[in-house]
Amino acid sequence: MFELLGVPPQVLMGQLLIGLINGSFYAVLSLGLAVIFGLLNIINFTHGAQYMMGAFVAWMLLNYLGIGYWPALVLSPLVVGAIGIVLERTMISRLYKLDHLYGLLLTFGLALIIQGLFRNYYGVSGLPYAIPPALQGGQNLGFMFLPNYRGWVIVASVIVCFGTWFMIEKTRLGAYLRAATENPELVGAFGINVPRMITLTYGFGVGLAAFAGVLAAPIYSVNPNMGADLIIVVFAVVVIGGMGSIMGAILTGFGLGIVEGLTRVFYPEGSAVVIFVIMAIVLMIKPEGLFGSST
Amino acid sequence: MTDATTMETRTETGTRDALLEVSGLEGWYGESHVLHGVDFHVKQGEVVTLLGRNGAGKTTTIKAIMGLLDKRRGSVKLGGRETISLQARHIARMGIAICPEERGIFSSLSVEENLHLPPKLAEDGLSTDRIFELFPNLKERRRSQGTKLSGGEQQMLAIARILRTGSKFLLLDEPTEGLAPVIVQQIGRTISALKEEGFTIVLVEQNFRFAASVADRHYVVEQGRVVDMIPNHALDANIEKLHAYLGV
Repeated sequence: MFELLGVPPQVLMGQLLIGLINGSFYAVLSLGLAVIFGLLNIINFTHGAQYMMGAFVAWMLLNYLGIGYWPALVLSPLVVGAIGIVLERTMISRLYKLDHLYGLLLTFGLALIIQGLFRNYYGVSGLPYAIPPALQGGQNLGFMFLPNYRGWVIVASVIVCFGTWFMIEKTRLGAYLRAATENPELVGAFGINVPRMITLTYGFGVGLAAFAGVLAAPIYSVNPNMGADLIIVVFAVVVIGGMGSIMGAILTGFGLGIVEGLTRVFYPEGSAVVIFVIMAIVLMIKPEGLFGSST
Repeated sequence: MTDATTMETRTETGTRDALLEVSGLEGWYGESHVLHGVDFHVKQGEVVTLLGRNGAGKTTTIKAIMGLLDKRRGSVKLGGRETISLQARHIARMGIAICPEERGIFSSLSVEENLHLPPKLAEDGLSTDRIFELFPNLKERRRSQGTKLSGGEQQMLAIARILRTGSKFLLLDEPTEGLAPVIVQQIGRTISALKEEGFTIVLVEQNFRFAASVADRHYVVEQGRVVDMIPNHALDANIEKLHAYLGV
């Protein structure tokens, strides 16, 4: 087999796969953030905690109620999304007329409280969540071994991301959403219930985070800090892609996951910071982000 | 005094059969107090204009009627029902629609999506086919991005989309602003045709020649109040006065 710059293909492909998996999580999470920011103008710092809650709800469903992975993939986003809706109605909705900073402070505070609660009850050592039987094992692709579950994570993320993109860009419901993102007042003046749309959109964005959390549960251990570690990178991804751009969030998410994976192959020392370096460069050259509009 | 006099006064002011009755309307943008007690009324099937200088409060009056201000006070009755404490979406559902000054075409929506955005509120709105018949340009460009249309086409789209909803009461804010004379004529014909069909229209205009060609009555707005009313047939007799109001 060929070697590239002295790197065996197995290593290259292995890191590419890890990159693609990280990218899947970046994409689903930054997509949720972009959807929420677009309509609510709120930078949802609770997103990481909601991703963690997604994983925990899946774990609870299994361990307390005996409900397995596949139903959890649907139920957990519904449960966490519903909690998100309650937060939006009771707290976040009071901040829409104020500066971004207040929304950021509120959601950041909520994240700390939620993570603190989970740490208190479940500790920080992490809880195991088994890969569902149907997705155990793997495929030998010749140049590398692909664990089935990891392949599924990538496929599921791609489907959810592009499904969301399609819904927002190509359907009538999406047209309402896009219009309300541009000019909520006028959309309201046409008789459309914008506050309800905002609430449901927040619930949906939060549900996306929880979905990513369920996907993550069998790969990473279910841990109260799992979201806090990831969300910092995801915010960098959102800044690079451009706040509020749907396709931008998806492509940047997958793209940066791959870039990170490649860096791990060719310059391992830089892999932890490469996304932040790219963020700094993008901010200097195109502050509105790669896919953002300058207005 | 007798009942007859009261009757007469009421008929003269014409508030009795008013579809829209605005009295003592005050309005705010944030902290700034813009409307200081606007009074006027519009009867079913009438076309009425609000004339006045820039910053007199015409657009604000329209927005206040639609429920689009941060804060409003006074009374706005629509078909006899008080709407002052209602939100814009509830007012809209009473069958009133706005075509805003900046036209409000959504750039992230195609022409067709823009057209279909406002939900139908009544069954007898114009069908999409009929709208494309009236405004063939829109049909040709229905897949384009809404804001890629020319100014005139955007204005057509802004009017067309509220005709689709079935609302029979339209608030049009400077529909002729910045448009070529031939487009202004087309909009004038559209408004006259709507009047024929029984629509009620409140028109904000700077172009009072245009206003005179379509309206029944004109209200003059100054510093957040209605200061005068001139019936269209008395416009010539009052032209001096009107020029003084408008500062032309």
